[in-house]
Amino acid sequence: MSLLTLENLSVTFGKFRAVDNISYSVKEGEVLGIVGESGSGKSVSSLSVMGLIDYPGEVSADNLSFADQDLLSMPEKQRRKITGSDIAMIFQDPMTSLNPCFTVGYQIIEALKTHDGGNKKVLRARALELLNLVGIPAPESRMNAYPHQLSGGMSQRVMIAIAIACNPKLLIADEPTTALDVTIQAQIIDLLIDLQKQKQMGLVLITHDLALVAEVAHRVVVMYAGQIVESGPANEVFSTPRHPYTQALLASLPESASGKARLEALPGVVPGQYDRPQGCLLSPRCPYATDHCRHVAPDSQGSLERQVKCHTPLDAQGRPAA
Amino acid sequence: MSQDLILDAHNLKQHYDVKQGLFQPNAVVKAVDGVSFALAKGKTLAVVGESGCGKSTLGRMLTMIETPTAGELNFIGQDLLSLSKDQQKQLRQKIQIIFQNPYGSLNPRKKIGAILEEPLVINTSMGKAERKAKALAMMAKVGLKTEHYDRYPHMFSGGQRQRIAIARGLMLDPEVIVADEPVSALDVSVQAQVLNLMMDLQQEFGLSYVFISHDLSVVEHIADDVMVMYLGKVVEHGSCEEVFTQPKHPYTQALLSSTPQLSADKRRQRIKLEGELPSPLNPPDGCAFHGRCQYANDRCRIETPALRCQANQHLIACHAVEEERLTPYDGAA
Repeated sequence: MSLLTLENLSVTFGKFRAVDNISYSVKEGEVLGIVGESGSGKSVSSLSVMGLIDYPGEVSADNLSFADQDLLSMPEKQRRKITGSDIAMIFQDPMTSLNPCFTVGYQIIEALKTHDGGNKKVLRARALELLNLVGIPAPESRMNAYPHQLSGGMSQRVMIAIAIACNPKLLIADEPTTALDVTIQAQIIDLLIDLQKQKQMGLVLITHDLALVAEVAHRVVVMYAGQIVESGPANEVFSTPRHPYTQALLASLPESASGKARLEALPGVVPGQYDRPQGCLLSPRCPYATDHCRHVAPDSQGSLERQVKCHTPLDAQGRPAA
Repeated sequence: MSQDLILDAHNLKQHYDVKQGLFQPNAVVKAVDGVSFALAKGKTLAVVGESGCGKSTLGRMLTMIETPTAGELNFIGQDLLSLSKDQQKQLRQKIQIIFQNPYGSLNPRKKIGAILEEPLVINTSMGKAERKAKALAMMAKVGLKTEHYDRYPHMFSGGQRQRIAIARGLMLDPEVIVADEPVSALDVSVQAQVLNLMMDLQQEFGLSYVFISHDLSVVEHIADDVMVMYLGKVVEHGSCEEVFTQPKHPYTQALLSSTPQLSADKRRQRIKLEGELPSPLNPPDGCAFHGRCQYANDRCRIETPALRCQANQHLIACHAVEEERLTPYDGAA
């Protein structure tokens, strides 16, 4: 069963479409990786799921539903009950997303109190249990610590504790390890995946680190300039990319180059707000672009399981279809 | 490594005094504690490690932004630290730095032309036209257009800004470039462009790089020698190939195994590191890594291991390696 379904979701800020008609779904117990460069709309799309897009941003979709409940049409009060408890989110920078004025314990209890309620004793015991669960040593003493007293990795563990406090069915992690060192990153990702397996949560992992997604995700969505250019099972997308952008992204990683050869860099940059090209958004940077690509925007082809947004998707050998 | 030595350091140290309180004695943070290396002309030495291990401090000492507390730093045989101010100023031109964050390292109030010409204004007696010609030539080299000369930094993307920073570093025809995380603020596709540019420039000008990074896949691609640092000390130092294919130190092994890999067959068995980098204010006795090391024994807790040559100029500071207590690391998953 599909936990979260997005159909043709768009987020606009005035005239600018930050997210442009994207569709994907997350099943229970599934890890979905969303990859893309900065400005590709991966964070904005997940913020819109959480209902965190403020004026002047506008969210529109044919369907945005969580466990068969329509999130867009439901009253605000009801939606707020779902977000934070059934859908939870972990943000990128743990040092700034915790409130510096309150203790760690207070911030975990705050989330529990809002959604579940209960008396002080029960809440405190649950908070301690959560801190234990996310692997914080000596949780009793950490309860009264302020965020500045914790390291980056510890803060991120606290963020995870807050996010899983109400046993969410879906966890959205927006670049959870970007601000952390590799060894700490490995710890945090292991923790997230363990929790995800234990609780059979759906996990949306947003990151720009392709290798990280390749290691843990079941399915991948590749975003470029607000659009989904390719999606599918992780091993398929990484072994036989069908969109030129995915192919170029993989080729530009240092580990794809042998020895000290030059890297296969994709020329140019992601188009910004004012320089979106006509036709396919990748056409100015795409090595296979034709006149047709430069004038007509491609539609998504294939099923929701394996979509690709290109006029001439690549074949198994990495060459464009005629 | 003896041929064409351009920069070599011996036992370089940087200690900071930290105030603990009014009546408490000052504590000492040993940000860099006894680092030695030698860099040959046209080669790239990568310094890797987690945040707080002292790699940026090392970079700042090499460029003489900070004066080391102790140690010796030689540039083509001349000791940089014993020179007079004027001589230092002359030699300082030959070692330039590129900073991590291209959004913070360019003055937002200055045009690109002014940014690039500033080093020439300060250090040379070139005329205005001469300076402009040189700036334009350098802009062409790093892939910027002539019309960018009159623009401000905010009009550029991150990748272009990093190109500007690289151009600025090259204005005084340096021999050594210290690149402090030059690509970590950039997206993957742009990162590849900048890395390509750096490799091209290295070939063209015969530059030597000290490449500071935490991204091991980038380091593996660009470096000749790799130096792994942990809490201010070098734990492993060897050729790029050896460090990546046969890492000896337990920390290097853990670092490599925690780096995500794209292809399944390259993935290494994950060595789980418990805990975090200890505070440099209160470093553990003995080997700094013993609290997180699976091979640690009593000797590691008391005695600090020295950096010793194990084989073929591969230096490792570890008791367990010396005593051959390590289980062989095959790297396969």
